[in-house]
Amino acid sequence: MNDAATLPLEAPAEARQPIELAEHIVEIISDSGEGAQRCGQALGAIAARTGNGVWTVEIIPAEIRPPARSTAGASGNRIRIGAGPVTNGGGETDLAVAFNEQVLLGRVRAGELKPGCTILLESMWRDDRDPAIAAGYAGVHDQLIAAGYDLREIPMERECRKLVADARRGKNMFALGMLCGIYSLDLELAREQIALAFGKKDKGVVTQNVALLEAGHAWAGQNLDIKYRIPAAPVTEPKIVVNGNTALALGILASGMEVCAMYPITPATSASHYLSDVFEKVGGLVHQAEDEIAACAFALGASYAGKCAVTITSGPGYSLKQEGLGLAVMGEIPLVVVNVQRGGPSTGQPTKVEQGDLLATMFGSHGDAPKVVIAPSTIEECFYSIITARKLAETFGMVVVVLSDASLATSQQPIPRPQFDPAWLAAPADQSRIAAGARPYDWDAETGLSRRFIPGQPGGMHTLTGLAHDRASHVAYDPEINQESIRARSLKLATLAKTLRPPVVHGDAEGDLLVVGWGSTRGAIEEAVDGLRAEGHRVSALHLSFLQPMQPGLKAIMQRFARVITIEANWSDRPGDAMIDADNRRYSALAMLLRARTLIDIDCWSEVKGQAIKPSSIRRVALEKLRAAPGETA
Amino acid sequence: MTEATECLLRLHDEQHALEDYQSGVPRWCSGCGDNAILTAVQRLCRDEDLRPEKTVFVSGIGCSSRFPHYMRTYGLHGIHGRALPIAEGVRMARPDLAVFVNTGDGDCCSIGAAHWIHAIRYNMNLTVMLHDNQIYGLTKKQASPTSPIGTRSNTTPRGSYLEALQPLQVTLGVQNASFVAQAVDWIPEVLYDILRAAYRHRGFSFVRILQRCPEWLPKMFEPYIQDPQRVRLLHHERGLTISPGLGKIYRNQQEHDPRDLAAARAVADLHDPIPVGILYHNPDVPCYEDLRQSGQPRTPAHIRAGLEAEFDKFTIWPHDASAAAADAG
Repeated sequence: MNDAATLPLEAPAEARQPIELAEHIVEIISDSGEGAQRCGQALGAIAARTGNGVWTVEIIPAEIRPPARSTAGASGNRIRIGAGPVTNGGGETDLAVAFNEQVLLGRVRAGELKPGCTILLESMWRDDRDPAIAAGYAGVHDQLIAAGYDLREIPMERECRKLVADARRGKNMFALGMLCGIYSLDLELAREQIALAFGKKDKGVVTQNVALLEAGHAWAGQNLDIKYRIPAAPVTEPKIVVNGNTALALGILASGMEVCAMYPITPATSASHYLSDVFEKVGGLVHQAEDEIAACAFALGASYAGKCAVTITSGPGYSLKQEGLGLAVMGEIPLVVVNVQRGGPSTGQPTKVEQGDLLATMFGSHGDAPKVVIAPSTIEECFYSIITARKLAETFGMVVVVLSDASLATSQQPIPRPQFDPAWLAAPADQSRIAAGARPYDWDAETGLSRRFIPGQPGGMHTLTGLAHDRASHVAYDPEINQESIRARSLKLATLAKTLRPPVVHGDAEGDLLVVGWGSTRGAIEEAVDGLRAEGHRVSALHLSFLQPMQPGLKAIMQRFARVITIEANWSDRPGDAMIDADNRRYSALAMLLRARTLIDIDCWSEVKGQAIKPSSIRRVALEKLRAAPGETA
Repeated sequence: MTEATECLLRLHDEQHALEDYQSGVPRWCSGCGDNAILTAVQRLCRDEDLRPEKTVFVSGIGCSSRFPHYMRTYGLHGIHGRALPIAEGVRMARPDLAVFVNTGDGDCCSIGAAHWIHAIRYNMNLTVMLHDNQIYGLTKKQASPTSPIGTRSNTTPRGSYLEALQPLQVTLGVQNASFVAQAVDWIPEVLYDILRAAYRHRGFSFVRILQRCPEWLPKMFEPYIQDPQRVRLLHHERGLTISPGLGKIYRNQQEHDPRDLAAARAVADLHDPIPVGILYHNPDVPCYEDLRQSGQPRTPAHIRAGLEAEFDKFTIWPHDASAAAADAG
């Protein structure tokens, strides 16, 4: 396999002892459709099966087919592999495999690669017939070498052509083989992974891909002097490797809900794709409605009829559903809504990460429309939050919104395999006779709760209405009745809050700084805080899974810290800006809510760069905040 | 639901009387066509012996959409334009319920027009009444999509500008239309017969009911009421039969085969005389709820089995991992 054009640099890796690493971030990037995604996912799965901590992040171009070889067109996967558990995507890339120099250049310019990191670059462009391409390649190559990158030119296609006719299609498996070699991963596991990934296709495809894998592995062994090993802890319990959207869909299956109504929208849709494939096997239905409004109305109708339903969407779709949510609030119809947030406003950044919908979720819909809002902070929570949401919706007769985001949606991580519990499932619709005299909105004076009447129940006939109504569901414009009914619907939030426990502080219960977050930022915040604590800083973290109602005891927790700051992926004014002062500064969503609720001078730091916030950014902000006097903005 | 259980339950049920379907005094204006529709529907429920607790009326917003409040059944008085998708959800979740939809010309043909088109395509088993008075009533006299051109209203003080939208033509133009009829509020006998046929059709039964609005367009249908020749009754052995008494008044009649889509579209083009009867009826169009029926049981054991099978696809088992770790070491 050795080749004169790629002489071994020093001793080939085969002969070397691997360097042991605590963690590494690897990325594989290509033009769209060249299979880098698949290669990355396979690498993540193999590492996870080995027993490593893994977090994979999809690198997605905004267009379906961006122009080939463009700096904006990088498609692929970034895999953070650790010796211990990995809870987030981490910082910059340590080792990159790129199928052309332009997508690589795009990633370098975006600051995604660690300075001086190793790059394995497809070298065929150097000899391209188009002189512009050849020159472009040579230019970028020289530029990156000059910038200090450890750039290796790899003749991937040429090597693959020894085995397959269409090397462009096969080199992702060659790359996978190289990476398995570099990271000392078990080749047999890789073969199994290929069989799993391509099992649906014919056996020839599997055989061919395995051959490419082995070729890549052998080539790396003979030609590269890079050999790492990331120690793995043996897995003691079964785990499932899924992304957040798959976890949401599995949660829908496990919740016992039967109907999911949706309309295609990024980044929520992949949950519905998966659900469409599997839901019918257990008697469920994914209804692709004619629009977002209809999807919400359809789910609402099914819920009203006794089968609590879910509608899945992302920001723009969530905006469209407002009137339906208002009716569900007014009629006290249980309904689960999943909003996989993306960048906004308007069409915004469909594939990018943002936490910009919190306030719209809580306060959307005209009038006083109290809804429950929960936010999973891990992929595991994506699964369980749906089960919780269905139960809360039915228990309280409320809309429950599950706020995920593009980061959780597309990241993969091994999580403990859930142990089935029959209590997850919904009870059959109550069809018992309603006692004479009972009314559909007999609001309990203390809790606001009332028993829901479901069509089919004899004696329960009434018309649910979006108009103001009395206990009998009769339209009423009486001042006292309106006061009473709005109070009852609002009280349910307080009643739910009484069942919640205070959140658990990550770290000590008191200190110099408390970093507060919600949703997908949890892993990054806690990693940054752990690092600072190891250095002796008195920093703790607090993560809120209930945004409405909030868990009790927040003020008492925060009062034990000299400074409190939220970290969020939404907009907040920067205090240094010329026009910004204490009177007009706009705070991040959670900071604003917490300030109002606790009257504590909570600061915030946020960014809207469309990416998961990195632990290093949080670390920097926390250190700045620690240096500032309490009360001073970071 | 097992049929045997149904039969047993039925034995114990009293026959229902009209009062069993009546709830409160309608707040519609005196002379409003909605009253005639309500009476016909309550008769229909009684005659078809619909169990009140197994019957749901879904509506949107507008005068017509107050309808469910006056029925002693289950009802959902929803949001403007969205009665159809809400009713679809009800139907999908509960095939054991009879589901009716009451919607107006603003509700269905304007704000809810997108849902209307798609509801026809879905062809779910719903009985849909379009209360078409050709004007917005509840918001006090604005032109609606079905207002005839030149209609003076508060938003069109010099007369409306556009040709009226034709709900029958629209419905007959959409794939999967399976039952399309037109009734008028001032011939209650035919209104009842049409609603009964609509209810008995399994699929999306669309009945446009021309109704008078005495408050905002008091003279709109007056010429048609005064001159029975300006109403044309459709009859056919597969459609309606006209009673001898009625036939003496309404002599303008046409034999029309409701299976003939092209002929139905021609009838839908008629405006004067107003065609009344069943324009189109095709019992063979599949219903969405049947197409989407998985046939899978919804038992906890079955759900668990399905879930575990999905987990299996994504699972890393401990022995794999330890073996791999040993290999790697």
